Amino acid sequence: MSVIDSKIPVSPALEDKWQYHKAHIGVVSPANKKKLDIIVIGTGLAGGSAAASLAELGYKVSTFCYQDSPRRAHSIAAQGGINAAKNYTNDNDSVFRLFYETIKGGDYRAREANVYRLAEVSNAIIDQCVAQGIPFARDYGGLLANRSFGGALVSRTFYARGQTGQQLLLGCYGAMNRQINKGAIKSYTRHEVLDIVIVDGKARGVIARNLVTGKLERYGAHAVVLASGGYGNVFFLSTNAMGCNVSAAWDAYKKGALFGNPCFVQIHPTCIPVHGEQQSKLTLMSESLRNDGRVWTPKKKEDAIKLQKGELNPNDITDEDRDFYLERRYPAFGNLVPRDVASRAAKERCDAGFGVNPSGKAVFLDFKYAIAEMGRETIAKRYGNLFQMYEKINDVDPYHNPMMIYPAIHYTMGGLWVDYNLMTTVPGLYSIGEANFSDHGANRLGASALMQGLADGYFILPYTIGDFLSKEIQTPRIKTDTKEFDEAEKRIYNRLKKLYDIKGTKSPDYFHKELGHVMWDYIGMARDAEGLKKALKLIAEIDADFHKNLRVVGDFEDMNNELEKAGRVEDFIQLAKLMALDALDRNESCGGHCRTESITEDGEAKRDDVNYAYVSMWEYKGENKEPELLKEKLEFKNVTPDQRSYK
Amino acid sequence: MADIILKNLTLKIWRQKNAKTKGKFETYKIHNISQGSSFLEMLDVLNEQLVSENKEPVAFDHDCREGICGTCSMFVDGHAHGPDTEVTTCQLHMRKFNEGATITIEPWRVGAFPVIKDLIVDRSAYDKILQAGGYTSVNTGGVPDANSIPISNDNAEEAMDAASCIGCGACAATCKNSSAMLFVAAKVSQLALLPQGKIEAARRAKSMVAKMDELGFGGCTNTGACQMECPKSISIEHIARLNREFLKAKFKD
Repeated sequence: MSVIDSKIPVSPALEDKWQYHKAHIGVVSPANKKKLDIIVIGTGLAGGSAAASLAELGYKVSTFCYQDSPRRAHSIAAQGGINAAKNYTNDNDSVFRLFYETIKGGDYRAREANVYRLAEVSNAIIDQCVAQGIPFARDYGGLLANRSFGGALVSRTFYARGQTGQQLLLGCYGAMNRQINKGAIKSYTRHEVLDIVIVDGKARGVIARNLVTGKLERYGAHAVVLASGGYGNVFFLSTNAMGCNVSAAWDAYKKGALFGNPCFVQIHPTCIPVHGEQQSKLTLMSESLRNDGRVWTPKKKEDAIKLQKGELNPNDITDEDRDFYLERRYPAFGNLVPRDVASRAAKERCDAGFGVNPSGKAVFLDFKYAIAEMGRETIAKRYGNLFQMYEKINDVDPYHNPMMIYPAIHYTMGGLWVDYNLMTTVPGLYSIGEANFSDHGANRLGASALMQGLADGYFILPYTIGDFLSKEIQTPRIKTDTKEFDEAEKRIYNRLKKLYDIKGTKSPDYFHKELGHVMWDYIGMARDAEGLKKALKLIAEIDADFHKNLRVVGDFEDMNNELEKAGRVEDFIQLAKLMALDALDRNESCGGHCRTESITEDGEAKRDDVNYAYVSMWEYKGENKEPELLKEKLEFKNVTPDQRSYK
Repeated sequence: MADIILKNLTLKIWRQKNAKTKGKFETYKIHNISQGSSFLEMLDVLNEQLVSENKEPVAFDHDCREGICGTCSMFVDGHAHGPDTEVTTCQLHMRKFNEGATITIEPWRVGAFPVIKDLIVDRSAYDKILQAGGYTSVNTGGVPDANSIPISNDNAEEAMDAASCIGCGACAATCKNSSAMLFVAAKVSQLALLPQGKIEAARRAKSMVAKMDELGFGGCTNTGACQMECPKSISIEHIARLNREFLKAKFKD
């Protein structure tokens, strides 16, 4: 493969790069835009905002989602907020500070130019959302309110109660609806994209399975945008929705799109602990709760043992006997350290025997102090819906008892490698939002996922896609009765039929759970070379068992949830292997990736900038062949990578 | 938390191959369900049991499993989202059921939401209503600074109450007239309360109500059942605001 160009303009200064780039890329005239078709896969914040914005510009857009409505994409579950460098709070925020905190939060494993651009467009997102009628929280003077989030020294997070993702998604869903009404977007719901069709080296369409009829359908376009989200469900238990999957992105990888940093996974510190074997997913409790909640475990081991046996009420433990371990270890940031740091600290306490639930895998998040200081009403107004959710799940009232929380898989920083235009290494194939690898490095800061999804969809892709499409104005509408589409459809049909015809004894969920255990045990919060090698062996065993003993019941060409799951699990098994290889290659700790071989004396992640200051880019080499590792070197000219400290 | 196990449960579940065939209730026995499990996790256990018997699992809609996406849609023991208040089915927990209980599970019964399979219905009618006007007509870019128009805290809060609608369909499924008024009112009211949405409030109300009628939803007779079953407790006061906006539009005609 030729040298891969990230297309970041070299000569302008950091703060001028995006303006310079925009001024020098191709633009498509309004008359030509309507002759060009774009497919958008996924309708979350990234896909929804991109689809609406592209249709407003005049392109003909088709959107695909597996859900029954674009409004249900999992962006909807984001709770806490969205960052922007508005500096409305007068606390010395700026584009540079947002950039700096984001790149530091990502443990210096993201590109300077991308992160700076993200910070630069952040303010326009808030303006756009307000114009859409999103009911952000406001002060009594009528102006927008802000709250604090982890890893930041300023208050820059805009929010709509604990439902910010929902409100932002309904905003771009509304913008999509307006374009659907005008005929500029065709929305295909209950459709799962399984194949990216390549014609003459360019992405020219997709094969989608209609989940209602079970039939495969063909769609052509001049460009394809992957906004299909992250791959956290490879762990089975995660905060992702049940249907979240990697399949479209994985097919893109097999078609030549490089996969960036697959081992970078975010483990969120404040989730509701696992309750038992029947658990199907984990529920997040927003990071915003750490604004007012204090995290603790008992100081005395005997208290922890009593708590584990249910013999002690946590309210009976005095303040002197409580170990507020985040405040103790990180006095500067306290309870608001970044997610990777807070997760590791919780694991450290629980591994040392101080866990507070029967499995010993939980810590307390206590609102007693905030309620005493501000009153129940204020706390209810800030977090009412989260407290209600906690009580419904656990049958425990968090106004009177501390919440129990534990880290869980939440977000994937890795994803398809993209250049500065958000294009993958397949011409005409773009990747935006969580599906790409670009902006969060090795750890994402809270309230930055919403920012990135909307930045990509509203303000970056609509410009950069023009650079590619301006060279396609002579290309007629893509026909789907060609050999490329015939072959693609046949390939997918054969693949699904093969799974269906195994007729074994074990359900797709059985294999998914098995895979999840291996992932959590060996590629979870702590990783080492020995464990990763063992994981590779175990994943290969699951893979073999899957292809021998899978059972898919139901009809092949009909609505068949089991067949959907089988395809997704097959892709997750293959992805798991790539994650293990990537984690094995990266013998350093950075952000959410913790190699136990590389830890500082006081237990913090120890980066190795000499050997690992790169983005890993994995290239698919074919079935049963080892993928090849390529590297994009990361250079820092505007910030100095140092050992991250939140003390 | 002590983990109490429900040893025996009986499930009566609506099974229907597709929209064209007739459905019927099937009875299943299920054992050893943790009261800490969610209702949908209980159905997962049933489905694994069915797969092990080489039978087709029960098809049901679900996704986020944290009460916000609005995908899960089922009638449990005569209630939309089951016998708990302010929850979706995914947030309903088995501690609401007793040992030996018989639980009846049906899809939404609304003419405008035809059954696709088993417990899954087609709610695209709700999307179509919003496509008719559930937005502010602004393009991306070129909008004023977010703080250029102050909005009173009360209005912002009330708009947020309305905006918390998850579009699950429980309101129409509960209403004896299969009316979608609470759903329509939530969007109309949210946007009418904010200066950005007020500009086209009357027009919006008119076109969304027209679409609702066209799709075959019934009229509202103010029984208030919808707000009782709404998992997000959306108040029927929003219906009053919808009616005001609708009348304004009529006077203009």
